[in-house]
Amino acid sequence: MTEPTPAPLSIVLVDDEAPARRRMGTLLEDLALELPTRVVGEAGDGEAALELIQQVQPDVVLVDIRMPKMDGLELARHLAGLPRPPAVIFATAYDSHAVQAFDLNAVDYLLKPVRLARLQAALEKARLVGPLTAERLAKVRQESGQGARRHFSCHERGRILLVPVQDVLYLKADLKYVTARTREREYLLDEALTHLEQEFAERFIRLHRSVLVAKDALAGFERGQGDGEEGGEQWLALLKEVPEKLPVSRRQWATVKQYAK
Amino acid sequence: MLRILLGANLLVAAAALLLAPRLEDWPQRLVELATWCEPLLLSTLGLLALGRDWLWRLKPRAGQALVLLLVMAQALLFFDFWRFMGLIEGGWGAALRAALLAAAATLPLLLYFSLRARAFSPAVAEARLQALTARIRPHFLFNSLNAVLSLIRQDPRRAETALEELADLFRALMRDARNLSPLSDEIALCRQYLGLEKLRLGERLKVEWDIVDVPDDALVPPLMLQPLLENAVYHGIEPGEGSGTIHIGFSRQGDAMVAELTNPCPPGQGHHAGNRMALANIRERLDLYYDLEARLESSEQNGTYRVRITLPLRRPLP
Repeated sequence: MTEPTPAPLSIVLVDDEAPARRRMGTLLEDLALELPTRVVGEAGDGEAALELIQQVQPDVVLVDIRMPKMDGLELARHLAGLPRPPAVIFATAYDSHAVQAFDLNAVDYLLKPVRLARLQAALEKARLVGPLTAERLAKVRQESGQGARRHFSCHERGRILLVPVQDVLYLKADLKYVTARTREREYLLDEALTHLEQEFAERFIRLHRSVLVAKDALAGFERGQGDGEEGGEQWLALLKEVPEKLPVSRRQWATVKQYAK
Repeated sequence: MLRILLGANLLVAAAALLLAPRLEDWPQRLVELATWCEPLLLSTLGLLALGRDWLWRLKPRAGQALVLLLVMAQALLFFDFWRFMGLIEGGWGAALRAALLAAAATLPLLLYFSLRARAFSPAVAEARLQALTARIRPHFLFNSLNAVLSLIRQDPRRAETALEELADLFRALMRDARNLSPLSDEIALCRQYLGLEKLRLGERLKVEWDIVDVPDDALVPPLMLQPLLENAVYHGIEPGEGSGTIHIGFSRQGDAMVAELTNPCPPGQGHHAGNRMALANIRERLDLYYDLEARLESSEQNGTYRVRITLPLRRPLP
């Protein structure tokens, strides 16, 4: 009687260095007897990886932390929003801050050069534990001192759309979603405004309870009739490139007015 | 050299302040005094520069005494000359007074330098230098080892060469950092380093060398350039989209040598703590080797990051 062989784990390798991807591939081949795997794709940066992973839907993604365009932590964050997110295993040659953050949040990672036994353990663990949540990744990112993400992700018709943070003029919270406004259109983000305010404190400033505006999108201020909340005359922020006027709450005016030109 | 000029002029300024009855007279007295002191100062410095090698061979005490005597003799000479020209008058008493004043000005400077020499005594300076000698980023070491591992099965020969280069690089890193080394050595080391980086980064890393009119045997502090290149790769090439070029230029400006390094500066990638530390490190080493005669500047403009080191052109003694 033969045991049914489990389907091999499908894997995507993401690293900006070709030799590092090759090395990982070799290790996976060496592991084939104990743990059958199949490499279904490779990518050299986070953006390309996100595209590829949505197409091939692998079980596991092995991802380097430091990469051009989009780093590994940000990639994992966007992946966490997929309907069927893969398990992510981080690898790094040396990054004391990130490693510390991983340890604090009990996130598994591999140190390059990677040992065979270590890779096997990580893969088995990933299969059991499954994907990481966006909250956990956000925490890791904050503690690793990597700075803010470069993109917001937005789900439309089952696909992930990347919205460059620098294109967003303001973020506005409605009942459940946050809307990100760019010059062209609006995007719905599945995130909380308070988290966004923390993460992007350098770029965005709060105008009132439910609006964050990009500091460099502010064109000026005028007195006018707001849409009610506080009633009466109040300050309105004027923006570059879009006609909307955003009300400024009395509480926030003290901090916001220094951006008046 | 610079410190002597500055120190002596400070003393002159202080003397002028003492002599001036009121604060408004100070600048005028300063100019008057300077006309008397500067010729003496400059000619003495000239003589000292000429006799430098010879003076070095004396015992410190003897050397200091000799310098003091030299200054006094110079003062007498100048006094005599000015009296001959009819610019000032006075007998031997006045001449002696001038000589003593010159000695009084020299003594604090000599003391300052001996104190400074003790503070930066060879032992202390050596320890500082050893501690400051560039350490390679662990990031580079582990990534390179990983790249070599990836080669071992496919291309064993290339893996061998890469490991040999890595060994050379580390030998250079662990070498005694006390002595200046020839520029050609530093350049060879940098090429080896860049070769290893190319192994990992492939076509993404492009390097241009541009060495004009600088002799191969010019002496530079060991590992002056390599840490800067490492920064350039880490901050300028690795986070960049597509490929980037690092440009390394050496040129000559009179008695000085100028090393200039530029690399692209990808958006969202500020030159952060790590880079500042490396620059401060090299600056301090330049300071230990050349005192105020070398400098390091860095700037960022239009997406290009530039580091420029100016240092005295020195050749090995024959």
